[in-house]
Amino acid sequence: MATHTEQLTRPAVRLHGLTRSFKGRTVLDGIDLELPAGQFTALLGHSGSGKSTLLRAVAGLDHGVEGEGRLSAPERVSVVFQDSRLLPWSRVLDNVLLGAEGKEAAERGRAALAEVGLAGRERAWPGELSGGEAQRAALARALVREPQLLLADEPFGALDALTRIRMHNLLRELWERHRPSVLLVTHDVDEAIVLADRVLVLENGRIGLDLTIDHPHPRSYREPKLGEYRERLLAALGVTEDH
Amino acid sequence: MTTLATAESAVTVAEDAHQVRRRRRLSPGKRWPAARLTGPLLVVVLWTAASAAGTLDPGAIPAPWTVAETAGRLWSDGTLATDVVTSLRRAATGFSIGLGAGVLLALAAGLSRVGDALIDGTVQLNRAVPTLGLIPLFILWLGIGETFKIAIIAIVVYIPMYLNTHAALSGIDSRYVELAEVQGLSRLRFIRQVVIPGSLPGFFVGLRLSVTGSWLGLVVLEQINATSGLGYMMFQAQNYGQTDVILVGLLIYGVFGLVSDSVVRLIERRVLSWRRTLSS
Repeated sequence: MATHTEQLTRPAVRLHGLTRSFKGRTVLDGIDLELPAGQFTALLGHSGSGKSTLLRAVAGLDHGVEGEGRLSAPERVSVVFQDSRLLPWSRVLDNVLLGAEGKEAAERGRAALAEVGLAGRERAWPGELSGGEAQRAALARALVREPQLLLADEPFGALDALTRIRMHNLLRELWERHRPSVLLVTHDVDEAIVLADRVLVLENGRIGLDLTIDHPHPRSYREPKLGEYRERLLAALGVTEDH
Repeated sequence: MTTLATAESAVTVAEDAHQVRRRRRLSPGKRWPAARLTGPLLVVVLWTAASAAGTLDPGAIPAPWTVAETAGRLWSDGTLATDVVTSLRRAATGFSIGLGAGVLLALAAGLSRVGDALIDGTVQLNRAVPTLGLIPLFILWLGIGETFKIAIIAIVVYIPMYLNTHAALSGIDSRYVELAEVQGLSRLRFIRQVVIPGSLPGFFVGLRLSVTGSWLGLVVLEQINATSGLGYMMFQAQNYGQTDVILVGLLIYGVFGLVSDSVVRLIERRVLSWRRTLSS
């Protein structure tokens, strides 16, 4: 327990005065943020609120975007995109091993595929997978690198509702087993509440709300205690619910 | 009343329901075995029938059996074999050089801005100049030997190779490039795992165009300036009015063209087996 707390005190990601703008329009307006190592954080925001911009900045993918500020992130970072982004010309195992080095890489790849429930599909082409399976393979590809930080940009946005629930459970399981820091970008308030231990709301280029969700896992959408968090988050997003 | 109503609606449903029929297929359907040979075989059959019926002037178009006999005679006295080997060597050498140059230039132009600035415009300019129009100049530069023939074939080959490979390469989805960055791929691995497989479809289009292109160039070259080769054989036959020899040469060109195209297609289908298209 003590080591766990110690881990949490060492920040994995640190943002200081981070600004990003596109053609003079400020998207991120001086963000200060620390993500402790091993924390599961969700980042909520309207579409166009800059949450993807933030994630891409942390991933180091924003070539040619104007901006300032200090940014530190761990060395091993994995990204899961909204589309599974599997190379159509490589078999599933080769996709999982993309960029992996070393002799035992193939073994780790197989293990990662088994972990996401795709054992036996190593030789399949990505075109033969369903949307859910493809996203599982993308998760396996992210896991193989044993990331210290896992960045996920609306990873379940393109999946159907049933598949999404199963993927939520899978992601949480994987997180509990490997304990990377997770930054999950989503526009789905329920997804954020069910999965994350801390939810940030991005409004006008700043962190408008920083909410710790202190509730045991696994969580269900229907738990009344979570309803309070839901209302606070919706209010922060400027949405009022009339019952 | 209720039961009656239910019964009534059941009847209406039954009347509205249609037997489900399979939709009309819009793709051409299953491939026939050896379908590509059907057309050429039909031509041969018609040719044979017309010759047997005596509707063709044997001086203009000799009968298939005459052509076969001539081919046999030319083969047994050794001239045909020499001519075929000479032509094949020319085509193969020029083709290999053009292939390598086209692919390397496409990679250089697609992967670096300097390469793009230097190469792309130059190739487009080269494309606009009819390659066969370069023959006189090349003869003056390189002499009338083998070198200029190989150089011309290489140019005929490299242009479609470059254009198609380059187009496919620049069309690679930028999301895959981003993925390669995220996965920390080295430049070499990026080329091997993303760029090359991503541009293969265009590479094969270029390959099929240039395979036939190299044969085309060869015919012209061997008829203008040569002392051996299939084109030379046909040119000589023209002087002596030997239409059967000309037909032997044409048939060999045709067979070579068809075979090389089929080989490329076969390789293409195996290499690009991950693609499912209308033709599969």
